[in-house]
Parts: sequence; C-alpha cells; structure tokens
Amino acid sequence: MARKLPEVNAGSMADIAFLLLVFFLVTTTMDVDTGLIRKLPPPVDPNQKPPDIKERNIMNILVNSRDRLLVNNKEGSLYTLKDEVKDFMSIHPDNLSYPDITIKNIELLGDVPTSKGLVSLKNDRGTSYKMYIQVQNELARAFKELKDELSMEKFGKKYDKLVKEDQINAIDEAIPMRISEAEPQNIGGN
Amino acid sequence: MSRFKKKKDSGLPAISTSSLPDIIFMLLFFFMVTTVMRENTTIVKTRLPQASEVQKLEKKSLVSYIYIGEPRNVSLYGTESRIQLNDQFSAVNEIPEFIYSEREARDEVDRKFLTTSLKVDEATKMGVVTDVKQELRKVGAFKINYSTRKKVYK
Repeated sequence: MARKLPEVNAGSMADIAFLLLVFFLVTTTMDVDTGLIRKLPPPVDPNQKPPDIKERNIMNILVNSRDRLLVNNKEGSLYTLKDEVKDFMSIHPDNLSYPDITIKNIELLGDVPTSKGLVSLKNDRGTSYKMYIQVQNELARAFKELKDELSMEKFGKKYDKLVKEDQINAIDEAIPMRISEAEPQNIGGN
Repeated sequence: MSRFKKKKDSGLPAISTSSLPDIIFMLLFFFMVTTVMRENTTIVKTRLPQASEVQKLEKKSLVSYIYIGEPRNVSLYGTESRIQLNDQFSAVNEIPEFIYSEREARDEVDRKFLTTSLKVDEATKMGVVTDVKQELRKVGAFKINYSTRKKVYK
C-alpha cells in the first residue's frame, strides 16, 4: 500500500487571496465622470441674419483674457454673478428694465409667466478654461435655484428631488436655460 | 492528573476559518470583474476645474474623450496646450475624423447618444477649447460634457 501523500496546507490560501484582493482594491478607480453637460448649437448659416432680440431681454456677460467679468457694461464678480442672473431671469411684472414676460400654458402648471430673458456669454480666446467653467457653473446655479423655487411652489419638492418625468419636463419648459454663447472672437490677443 | 485534563476541554471551540479563503476569493472576483483598466493613458496633464452643479455621465461606453492640456513631457513637447485624441497629439482638424471613427465603433442605434467629454486642464486658454467646439459643431457632435471635479459649497 502506497504511503498517503501529506495534505497540502491550505492555511495560507487566505493570505494569498488577501494579497490579490488588496492589489485590486488599490488599483481600482471608481471614478465616475462628472461634469457640466451642454448642448452645442448647430453651425450658423452665414447668410442668415441674427435674430432680432430686444436690448432689455439680453444680459451680456463678457469675460476678457485677464479673466475679468463685464456684466451689462459694468464690472462684475463671480461672487455676485449668480444673484444677478437670478434677478434678471426672475419674473418682474410691469418693470420695463427687466425682460419681457410671456404667459405660457404648461401642462401640470397651468398658466405660468416665463421670462424672455437671454443670457449671452462671450469669452475671449485668452480666457482661462477655469474661469469659463466657473462662469458656466454660476449660470447653472442661478437657473437651478429658479427651478428649485418654482418646483417648491408647485410640487413641494426641490427640482432635483422630482422623479416624475412630466413634472421635470414642466419645470424645464417654464424655466428654460437660455444661455447663448457668442461666436468666438479674438479681441484681447493671445 | 485527571483534574487538569478536564480544564483543557472547557472554553470556546475555535471558529472554523476554512471557508475564509472562499469568502476572500469571492471579494477578489468582485473587484476583478468591476475593475476597469484605464483605456487611455494621457500624455497631457489634465487637472480638471471644479464645479458644483455637476451631472453624472451615464453609459461610459457612449462617451468619447478629448483631452486638452499641457504635455506631460515638457522638455520634449513644450508647455503649449495640446489636444490628445486616442493616444497621440492631434491637430484641431483631426477632430472630425476622430468623431467619425468613434461613431463608426458604436451601434447604429446608439450613435445619436454619443457624448463627447472634454477633459481640459484648468489652465488652458479658451482659444483651443473654442476651436475644438467649433469642429464638433461642424460634424454634428452637439452633446458635450465639460468634465469637472465636484466642488461642495459650504
């Protein structure tokens, strides 16, 4: 009778597996890509005339190559930009220094006054990307707060807590993110 | 003598650790399966800017990436911001081709959901970014994402 082979000691199996586990734990990057999602406008036809928009419906934001802001011909700052945009886009009935208001009939909301305001953003080629993102972020914040307020009033929930698709669409329609980016220009030199 | 022997028997029985390797292996397989090895090695530095109003980018397979930033190897390529497509430096006019090939690689149904994620270094000048955006507009890649890090307002 052949001698029985000694059993392989499996006690260290756990250690080996642990080692591998730690390796994968360390190398795993669970980075979720986050960012500001935007939609670019289709290319413009050079023969087409730009649409006529009333002066009071536009909020001009210019960013120069030194990352300084000009908001409606006055020097602006990132800290006040959000509130300025919010003030501009909110509804001021019968105030001629603010944008026109149209009454839209939206399902679930009924007749809602919506601002015809438009935020026009123009930046120089020398503007830093960081500044550009900060400005975009402030604009997004302003619109989000407006949406939150309307959503609170109509549905008793904040905008990003809404689950029903039709409610989200209704709010989106009442407060569209009207940001227009000017065709690029080179003013300040590179 | 027998008195001492009795004492040894009392006490908790040792917990069997024989199934420990199995548990660990299970964890190991979970991580092995979920790990995504980075597809692109970046040859440009992309320190992303911060923003608070960020959205998550769903469906990673439907995202194509464009990297813009200062080359990692400054002594060889200088400090001017460059565009990286796939694994190499590219010129702005190579973007349409890149987008077409990205579209070609996807299913026909998914093509219209293709998002272009711009991973741009925060020190980059907008000139390059604007050029890239103009190219994207020309080829109809309208859905873009400015990739950012999340900032929390206090």
